[in-house]
Amino acid sequence: MTGPDPGEKRGARAWRKPSFIANPLLRYGLLVLLAGYLSWALATLPFNWERIGEGLPRAARIFGGGFPPNFSRFDLLLTGFTESLQIAILATLLGVLLSIPFAVMAARNIAPLPIYLLGRTVIIVSRSFHPVIVAILFVAAVGFGPLAGILTLTLYSIGFVGKLLAEEIEEIDWGQVEAMRSTGAGYLATLYYAVFPQILPRQVGLSMYQLDSNLRASAVVGIVGAGGIGSTLMNAFGRYDYDFAFAILLVIIAVILISEGVSGWVRKRIW
Amino acid sequence: MLEITNLIKRYGQDEPVLKGLDLAVEGDSVVAIVGASGAGKSTLLRCINRLVEPTSGSIRLNGTEIINLRQRELRRVRRKIGMVFQGFNLIDRLTVMENVLAGRLGYVSLFQAVTRRFPAEDIERAFVLMERVGIAHYANKRADELSGGERQRVGVVRALMQEPEVLLADEPTASLDPRTSEQIMMLLQSLASELSLPVLINIHNVAQARSYTDRIVGLRHGTMIFDGTPGEFEKEALDAIYGGIESPEDATTTPETGTEERETDHDRT
Repeated sequence: MTGPDPGEKRGARAWRKPSFIANPLLRYGLLVLLAGYLSWALATLPFNWERIGEGLPRAARIFGGGFPPNFSRFDLLLTGFTESLQIAILATLLGVLLSIPFAVMAARNIAPLPIYLLGRTVIIVSRSFHPVIVAILFVAAVGFGPLAGILTLTLYSIGFVGKLLAEEIEEIDWGQVEAMRSTGAGYLATLYYAVFPQILPRQVGLSMYQLDSNLRASAVVGIVGAGGIGSTLMNAFGRYDYDFAFAILLVIIAVILISEGVSGWVRKRIW
Repeated sequence: MLEITNLIKRYGQDEPVLKGLDLAVEGDSVVAIVGASGAGKSTLLRCINRLVEPTSGSIRLNGTEIINLRQRELRRVRRKIGMVFQGFNLIDRLTVMENVLAGRLGYVSLFQAVTRRFPAEDIERAFVLMERVGIAHYANKRADELSGGERQRVGVVRALMQEPEVLLADEPTASLDPRTSEQIMMLLQSLASELSLPVLINIHNVAQARSYTDRIVGLRHGTMIFDGTPGEFEKEALDAIYGGIESPEDATTTPETGTEERETDHDRT
């Protein structure tokens, strides 16, 4: 009996994982606080159980009305989708092209401080609002229709692609920039030779992702009047054409699935 | 002819990296600059084409004062100073030919550069130089497909495309295997005499410095402590430059700025 005996008291040492928050007072205090807040929030939010009870059959009626989905007005559906696709593609092209100068401006390693601050500001502003809010503003400014949608999604693309691209520029191999400078190349030539080739794969990947994302967003911004399939969907709901609305929803799901597959495939190929 | 007088470089408020350096290089001489990491070798080379902004002093290339040049004139002078890097610094995603032609960026217009419409004589010169170093058959290959030695040859050709009046090589063989690095040193040596081009080479390999250069300059803590022919470069000089092994207090005071100085202080020119 020389082997270690787990039952033996002498050798048994206890070990427990250290707590995430070491101070027990703080640890339990936070738990109590969280529980207190949750019960307060549930108690004060106006949950009207009566209305929820009334709503359930109504929801059932809407869903019931949606089956079977009605594809008879296929022309209308197609028109809406073509418009959405146009909005998404145009906005992606514009947004991706415009994001390049803003990304260059917003990269600390190649832009002087005032330009950097300007570029960052543009990107932060275009990222601070959800596309739906921006769409409401643009619909108010340029009226209902696809133009508002294009402007919205262009801004959205500049913010997203510009930010990620600027970060990519900040992480480039600086040696290539030094090499171009040492040949006597000017600023723009250095940009074209030392910076752009390094961010190209990232740029293509981001553009594909953005096209995919804009297609999805173009359906949403249509709901507030910025054109495309979203407007068609909103009209269908407004006229209680639930079966047509369901047909639209099914097609949206199908299109998003396809675009996600295609963009994923392209990005994998390029990376 | 390259004349450096009383060159001082100080990063921020720290002790200067270069403390009043004097150096003159003439004709087609190949000069090796040796010294421990942080001795200021890299800073010295980068001051010459002002990738690093010197604090004070004078650097004259064939009579032109380089310090205090404005943007436009600085670019004009940089065309005359070729540089070869330790990490090659090629544009990986572009072809060998595009990398070589990049050496002409200081001469061609932006439109020509972007559309790759380089003048016919530039393209001819590129082929001639690539044939000289044996990489002409790679012209349309992507630069990152080449081996280390081949990539450094591209780097050398790119620098020569500038029609330089002086060539700077910042540890050109440090990323290469021993055999390949001998070849690159031999190439630099013979190019210097073929083109009667002065070459300054930062190098750690003292044996290579001895066999492939005409003159060795030793730096320590930003001061030149040796300047002579390879024949005069004896163990004493080596110990003085690298601190030997018997001075531990030096090892602790030596600032380890060899790599930092490159990354922290890019001038934005």
